[in-house]
Formats: sequence, C-alpha cells, structure tokens
Amino acid sequence: MSILLDSSTRVLVQGITGRDGAFHTRQMLDYGTTIVGGVTPGKGGQQTETGLPVFDSVQEAVAATGATASVIYVPAKFAAAAVKEAALAKLALIVCITEGIPVLDMVEVYHTVAAQGARLIGPNCPGIISPGQAKIGIMPGAIHLPGRVGVISRSGTLTYEIVHALTQHGIGQSTCIGVGGDPIVGSSFRDLLPLYEADPGTDAVVLVGEIGGDEEEQTAKLIAAQISKPVFAYIVGQTAPEGKRMGHAGAIVSGGAGTAESKIKALNEAGVPVAGTIDELAATVQANLGG
Amino acid sequence: MKIHEYQAKELFAEYGIQVPPHRLTTTAEDVFAAASDFGGTVAIKAQVHVGGRGKAGGIKVVDGPEAARAAADRILAMTIKDIPVRKVLVVESHAEIMREAYLGLILDRSAKGVTFICSAAGGVDIEEVAANTPDQIIRFQTLSRDFPEAEARAVAGKLFNDEATIEPVLAAMRGLFELFWDKDCSLAEINPLVLNDRGEVVALDGKINFDDNALFRQPEVVALRDMDEEDRNELEAKEKGLSFVQLDGDIGCMVNGAGLAMATMDMIQLYGGTPANFLDVGGSSNPDKVVHAFELLLSNPKVKAILINIFGGITRCDDIARGILESYQRIEINRPIVIRLSGTNAEEGRQLLAGTPLETADSFAAAVKQAIACAKGEQK
Repeated sequence: MSILLDSSTRVLVQGITGRDGAFHTRQMLDYGTTIVGGVTPGKGGQQTETGLPVFDSVQEAVAATGATASVIYVPAKFAAAAVKEAALAKLALIVCITEGIPVLDMVEVYHTVAAQGARLIGPNCPGIISPGQAKIGIMPGAIHLPGRVGVISRSGTLTYEIVHALTQHGIGQSTCIGVGGDPIVGSSFRDLLPLYEADPGTDAVVLVGEIGGDEEEQTAKLIAAQISKPVFAYIVGQTAPEGKRMGHAGAIVSGGAGTAESKIKALNEAGVPVAGTIDELAATVQANLGG
Repeated sequence: MKIHEYQAKELFAEYGIQVPPHRLTTTAEDVFAAASDFGGTVAIKAQVHVGGRGKAGGIKVVDGPEAARAAADRILAMTIKDIPVRKVLVVESHAEIMREAYLGLILDRSAKGVTFICSAAGGVDIEEVAANTPDQIIRFQTLSRDFPEAEARAVAGKLFNDEATIEPVLAAMRGLFELFWDKDCSLAEINPLVLNDRGEVVALDGKINFDDNALFRQPEVVALRDMDEEDRNELEAKEKGLSFVQLDGDIGCMVNGAGLAMATMDMIQLYGGTPANFLDVGGSSNPDKVVHAFELLLSNPKVKAILINIFGGITRCDDIARGILESYQRIEINRPIVIRLSGTNAEEGRQLLAGTPLETADSFAAAVKQAIACAKGEQK
C-alpha cells in the first residue's frame, strides 16, 4: 500500500521534449510508472522516442489518455503557468520538479490548485515514489525498498541519503515524498501526515525538516493532536548562520525564527524523537519497529 | 537580495509614499553641503546592509552643517558588523514627530499569501513588540494581488488613532502593497511611519528584500545591487550556478543538494570539526562546476581540508569524478581531499579515482571523520 501514487496512476509529463523531461521520462518508465503521454506547446502530434504521444495542452492530453496525474519539468519562467494548467484540467496529483519559480507566482497558483481540489507536490522537489510500484520525479529508484515506513522531507539529495540508510537497515518504505525547498509549496508536512495516518500500508513516518519557516513547529502540534503512528525526525541546518539563504529559498533563519533548536524542541515536546545523525535515525526506526 | 535605506526611500516615493527630503553622500564635505542646503536639524545615517545601525552609533541627529560634518566624519570611519561604512544619507528632520507606527508586508508561508503587519508601536524592533505585547500588532492576510481596500481602511485609522490620517495611511498601505507585487519583494516595511506636527504621514525609514528567484524579470531591482556590500565569492558562485555561503571554519565542503550540504555542515560540527562554507554544486553533471567549486574553496586560506560529499541522483558520480580529475590537471590542489561518492554511478566514479592518489571514504560519517583528522593535521 501507499499514498497518492501507485502502479495504476496514469501520468502525463509536462515538458516531455526537454532534456530533463525526456531523460526522466525514460527513468520513470523503467521503474514501472504508467506514463501515458506528454505535453509541450507547439509539438502536439509528435511522438517521443519512447513512443509516447505529445500534446499541445494538458486538457487535450487528459481527454486522449485519461491521465490522472502530471509531472512538470518546464523551466522556472513557465512552470507556475504549467501547474495552473494542470489544475484547471482537473488532474488529481501534480508534481512540480522545477526549481527557481518566483514565489509570488506560487501565491496565485497555490490557491488555484486548492480551489480545483488538486494535490500539488513541490515545486523545487525530487517528487514522490511508492517503492516497487511507481515513481514521479527525479529520485534514483534503486536505493528504495518496498515496505511500511513513510518518508516526507523538505530536501532532495538528503532524502536519498536517508532512504538509503533506511534501506541499508532493512527498513522498507511505503511512499517517500520530497515536499520541496521553496517558501510556498503545494503540500506541507501537515497536509501529508494525515494521509499516512489513514494508510493501512504505513506503520510509521520519517520526517526530514530543515531550518526556515515554522512548518516543523506547526507539524509538531498536529502530531500531538492527531497522529497516532510513530513519527521519527531529523532536522538539518543547525550550523547555518542567521540571515543567509542556504541554497533552498525556504532555508533561511531570520530574526531568530526558523532555527533548528526551535524545531527540535517542538518535535520533542510532541513525543517525536529527533536523531542527531542519519545513521542514528535509521537505527532508531529499526529498533522501534523491530525491523 | 537586499537594498539600502536610500534606495527603499526612492522606491517608496515612486509608489506615492511620502518620504522626507534626503541626499546620499560619500564624504563629510558633501554632508556639510547637504546640511547647509536643508538647514536646521538633519539626521546622518550610515547606509549598510545590516540591522542595528542605530545601536552601533551609525545614526546621528544633529543641528547645523558643522555638527553634521563632525558626525559624518565619525560615521564614515566606522565598520558596522564587519561592513565598512561607505555612504551616508542626510535626511532633513525639521518636523516634529508626533507618533510613530509600523507598517510591513511579508511573504506568509503558512497562509500562502502576503500578510500585512501593522502596529501603533513603531520606531522599535517589531519582533520585540510581537514577542512582548502581541496585542499591539494587527495582522491580516491577502491571498492575491488585489489590494484589500476594506480591511486596510479599517486598520488605517488605528495606526495613529486619528481619523484625519486614514487617507494618507491608506495611501501608504496601497503603495507598499503595489510595490511588493510589482517588484517581487519578500519583505517590505516602513518603520517608523510617522505622523508629524504638520499633520503629514511620512516614511522615515524602511527596508525592502527581494525574491532572488524573480530577479530574472526585475532588471531595475538588479541594478540597485551594491557590489560593495555583497560577498564577492558568493556572487561569483551564483554566476557559475553554485550556491555558496562563507562560514568561519577550516573544512571546505563540496556537496550536491542544499539539504545534504547542511547535513554535512552539521555532521562536521557534531564530530568536532568546523565547516568553512556551505556549497551546493547543484544537480548538474558539468565538470566545469567542480573545477569552479575547487577554485572557490582553495581561494579561502583558512581551508585545511576539502570534503566532497556526493549522493548521486540527477548528478552522476562518474561525472563528478571526472570533474575532480580535470580539476587536478587545471589547477593546483595543495590541500588534502576526502571524497565520498554514493548513489547513481558511484562504482564507476570510484573506479575512475582508483588509479590516483585520491582516496574515497566508505560512508558519510567516515568521510566526515577523515576530513576532520586531515584538517587537524592528524592525517594526510
């Protein structure tokens, strides 16, 4: 079992003829994802080298393929419009990989997506994978192991590192999601945790946070009130200086807010153990689940 | 991206927010001339990109050109939080301030919008007001770029508790809101917004930060960038597609991904070392990036060892290994290097490095410990 994505999810690729889009379409197909077509405005009617039909618009693609999800690899300047197009075409799941989208563009798009009832993951994220079934995004499939632990993270490569450690410890994953490193993302930890709580295929959740904002603090409150499954956490950026953006636009400590200390304290108070290292995190999960 | 107070004032004026007469200068003699032209009381204000200028002595209110020149001499000789003062702003300060308020707009991550923060208690650190007397802060959210006329009007009269100020305060709120959206800001604040004895509502000081992701469509904002205030290495890194932040330690870090780069810094500190920098080489496999990253790390004389930590996803470990080998041919690398490769094509990467004196560590933790030992001179 898994959340949001399984082997029957029918996926469109927006930006399928671009370099990244083409490369990752092949990777996703190899992993077993059901990709039904792609969208690149002006290239409708063509076929990709992987034999997939290309459409001019998401709406046409949905009508022709019955797609229910979309993944976006289009450049930052056009990515917000691409998300909006996918939401208006009534896709249930939209995953936006693109990094560098102006934040105010996302303000408008976020509310459009919400009004359409769609689920947006990202932007600036590695995507979502339900190991052994399907992946939508850019993560290396081989490091994952099918299993019963959910992973949600604000990071990309750090998520791989943590999944790799879990797999090495024999802990398989139900669904792993990188929510994205931007200040405004479609789905927060708080949006996703209840889905794991309701998923009979998930026994516990690993939460990977980082400095900036107050999402981890707010999530701690939600965990204390609503989540009965065990949650294990890891927070990066303890050594980050104030006022500097650490790569991710969202990862910045400002005015004493958004520090790692504050997040660790809030999570501990909600009964969530916060590991000091990645190995410790994996070992803690293993010890608690008897994996 | 940040700008100076004088630049913020110019943007305020452009958006119909009243600001006091002012002139930017770089010498005490020009301050003397400006103070003579304005006459009477003037404020002399250091223009640097750091908070706490006033507390550091970078702002002086004086009477007459002689006193202005003396104050400017002192301020221009100052260094505030490691930044030498190069420019001072002379601000005409004739009117008496009756009341001080705070007016700000911030990007609100939780609300997924832009939130107004208003307070009748201005002129001080708004974070302190929020912490100590939260009832003095009025917040309201906006979720689109339509100015919230009704809500703003309801708040406008409360800032100075004076009906006569509703229209000018409302104009300032509208101006700030339009400026925020037009220029892709992440923060725009007027502090203090004052009511003076002439009944005018004036922005005495302000701060504006911009969304780096939107700079591609804001050439006028980019033109405001003060190169003297930016870390040269950080700017150069940005031009080459690297994300870099200078720190104080002695272990140079080269990592792919922001989260993993932070985790690497944290782990170095956990095991008793100190990171010299944050450096994310990004998701590309271009060997030139590795060469640039080496140049950047080696330009820091404090760096005693370099730790390369790569978890391949989009980035292929064999490409990174080729970049490392190419770097050795193109530049002189005279400090110990510890390399950890994992993920996509890690084995191919390790094989490329196998015939060289470069050693690869088995795990993240092992690599960090080895780098710390190298930096301490315990291992070569």
